[in-house]
Amino acid sequence: MVQITVNGVVQDLDVEPDMPLLWALRNELGLTGTKFGCGVAACGACTVHVNGNPVRSCVTPVSAVDGASITTIEGLAYAAGGGALTAVQQAWIEHQVPQCGYCQSGMVMAVSALMASNPAPSDADIDSAISNVCRCGTYPRVRNAIRSLRTA
Amino acid sequence: MKLNRRRFLLGTTAFGGGLLIAYATTRPSKHELANRSSAPDQHFLTTWLRIDPDNTVTVIVPHSEMGQGVLTSLPMMAADEMDADWNLVKVEQAPATTLFANGVLVKGFAATMVGIPKFLDGVADFATMKLAEIMNMQITGGSSSVRFTGEHGMRVAGAAAKELLRTTAAGRWNVPVNEVTARLSHVYHVASGRSATFGELAADAAQLQPGKNPVLKQPGEFTLMGRNIPRVDIPAKVDGSAMFGIDARPAGMLYAAVKTSPVFGSKLVSVDHAPALQMRGVQKVVELEDAVAVVADNYWRAQKALDALNPLFAETDNDGESSASIFASHDAAITDGDTNKDIEEGDAAAALQSATTTVDATYRVPFLAHAAMEPMNCTVHFHDDLCDVWTGTQDNLGIRGRVASVADMDDDDVTVHAFYLGGGFGRRLPQSTNTIDQATLIAREFDVPVQTIWSREEDTRQDYYRPAVSSQFRAALDESNKVVAWENIYTGQNEPAEAAHTPYSIANKSIKWVDSPTHVPFGAWRSVAHSQHTFFMESFVDELAHQAGKSPYEFRLEMLTDKPRHARVLRAVAERANLQRVLPAGHALGIALQESFGSIAAQVAEVSIGSHGEVRVHRVSCALDCGRVVHPDTATSQVESGIIYGLTAALYGQISIANGRVVEGNFTDYQMLSLAESPDIDVVLLESEGVALGGLGEPATPPVAAAVANAVYVLTGQRIRELPLKNYRFTANPVESVANLL
Repeated sequence: MVQITVNGVVQDLDVEPDMPLLWALRNELGLTGTKFGCGVAACGACTVHVNGNPVRSCVTPVSAVDGASITTIEGLAYAAGGGALTAVQQAWIEHQVPQCGYCQSGMVMAVSALMASNPAPSDADIDSAISNVCRCGTYPRVRNAIRSLRTA
Repeated sequence: MKLNRRRFLLGTTAFGGGLLIAYATTRPSKHELANRSSAPDQHFLTTWLRIDPDNTVTVIVPHSEMGQGVLTSLPMMAADEMDADWNLVKVEQAPATTLFANGVLVKGFAATMVGIPKFLDGVADFATMKLAEIMNMQITGGSSSVRFTGEHGMRVAGAAAKELLRTTAAGRWNVPVNEVTARLSHVYHVASGRSATFGELAADAAQLQPGKNPVLKQPGEFTLMGRNIPRVDIPAKVDGSAMFGIDARPAGMLYAAVKTSPVFGSKLVSVDHAPALQMRGVQKVVELEDAVAVVADNYWRAQKALDALNPLFAETDNDGESSASIFASHDAAITDGDTNKDIEEGDAAAALQSATTTVDATYRVPFLAHAAMEPMNCTVHFHDDLCDVWTGTQDNLGIRGRVASVADMDDDDVTVHAFYLGGGFGRRLPQSTNTIDQATLIAREFDVPVQTIWSREEDTRQDYYRPAVSSQFRAALDESNKVVAWENIYTGQNEPAEAAHTPYSIANKSIKWVDSPTHVPFGAWRSVAHSQHTFFMESFVDELAHQAGKSPYEFRLEMLTDKPRHARVLRAVAERANLQRVLPAGHALGIALQESFGSIAAQVAEVSIGSHGEVRVHRVSCALDCGRVVHPDTATSQVESGIIYGLTAALYGQISIANGRVVEGNFTDYQMLSLAESPDIDVVLLESEGVALGGLGEPATPPVAAAVANAVYVLTGQRIRELPLKNYRFTANPVESVANLL
């Protein structure tokens, strides 16, 4: 039995210890905002926050996050202290970033973690921190949206 | 509303008599009409518009939203013509019933030089133009939504609706209709100070016959078209609430993981179920003709149990096929195969024989997978002699037909629930979506819903690929270094046929193709045949320019004297990229141009060679003329998207065949462009008066590979005749010797 807190709610999971967090979230807890893209941590569509840190949930066994606090895209605004949308999410709308949208949960989670740890990321910081794959090619807008969020 | 009114409206506006017959052929039953209006006080004025008493206008979109903004742009076009208040406009995805089939789309393809694309084969029988089948389509592809459905469907529907509303008001107020105006979902008679909402007029308006030719607005009168209206689908895509096919969660659902025979066309011989059946959560092992599936209560458990199986697939004649053997077949076909005529103008053979200078080159590109971010999936539930399907697809109606066919049911007994697509690019057309058949057959074994999900590896190895193509060129230059002959033989004619037709004015052209079939399934991949042939043609033209000792830009312009739109686009990109500027040391520019899907795109790539001999693309400038722009920001995003999709293919795209099967499996060996590698992209959109609208989803993809490869030539002196560029380790020429040859 693994106990995790997901978006502020304590969840007891009676699953195999090696089940990836992604599939516990999607199939056991019904949280579909976190996406399956590759299963090998290569694309970042499954990015969630574990105790505030960005983690690729498709290769993170639930046993490794026992007792941890997990934030998914559904709980991002809640975790940031309430309000409908975070500044990152608002910037995503302002810059009309998503196209198909499938990778954007992971993209928003990765960028949110970057901004929390580095509120004024340089372009090089952005390049090294955001390795999420987007097949629609929203990268120019992702970059512009992040630039707009930089604090002086 | 009566059928004949709808038939009359659509049959006498955009396309004359064709659709009138079509609508008669697919006369909806009264039952269907009843379904179409789900509440008694909702009134349909046309196929695509619904006005409710609360004064909301619902625009029903017969295309799939896959990031191209169609749920915003098409309603904008209808609402603009209608003079509806955008704040009162709602958007719905059309249900997958024949009543909402998109006849305008079919006629659009038929009416343009594009012709009926082959990727629609299987959806409709175009050879005999069986109208009932043609109507059975609801497809999103061919960069068609705005230019066909929007321009000839949505706008006409909106204008017709407004006319009906104004006529109704005029009758009610007993005033001349030309004194009645519409604005922001209200109708006014200014002289008498009277007004009514669309909703108040809708019921009476639905009793009227629409006029023959509703008057469309002139561009200067647009209130919504041309504006950057925020896309309606975006808010749900930033908070995780957008539902993709893989997010469908009907009650009691199980999950299936599948392994299909790795060699295309092989069959399952045997598989021991026992290793899977003893694993937690596993419900069943399902054997299909060419695959084995495990069904469990959690996808991860299903996939894990599947991995524990050791299915035996039959040997086939194709087990020895490889990329090398396929390209060898191409070479043999080009050398010895029966040629099919594509274009014959003048006498290319004679011109080549008498020419002072000839240039020969053979180009090739490998197979490519689509690699949509959302792995292929489909959820199916058989119950009560009916079937429900939850999936994201480029053609909901086509999927309904596909499931009905596999399940041997009537179309009407199958309900398709439309979801967002996690990437289309041609992958989610019914005939490129083999997942649907499997999901149907697997779900048949259960009385609960089953969601079949392909692993990324399965998605990569069981695609309908962009075909590998080889293309051989010969060209002749005269004494003044003018191109006088262009000879080209390529393998496998794909759609659209004009992809291999160079736009340049050359007196003698001979373009032929040869068959070189393989066992590797192929399908439509963003921009279809253009992505290969533009790389070939625009690289070869560059070779000719260098042979002629001319600037590749000027060389192209000289051959576009009879194509002013093309020339204008080329000049625009040259200006935007500022060809004469001093480039950073070690950087060079390459240029390329192509018309596709009714739009003309030209690109300039600024490129350097990195410290590991790799190609680095710093900036891509793109000028694109699509006739008229409905939504500038979405248009720009589609161009950005198309460039990055094409650039990924140019730099990394390679599906290799070994032992008859696909080698690459995941993003680790089928690499995608990253944000760090993504160039700055500068887009200039041009408009042209009096031309048909061009598409936007695809036309930016074709030129980029040639633009980059042409810059690499400037940097290294190495002509790139095969992609991808990752297979090269380049040595840049000394910086001082790299001239800005554009």
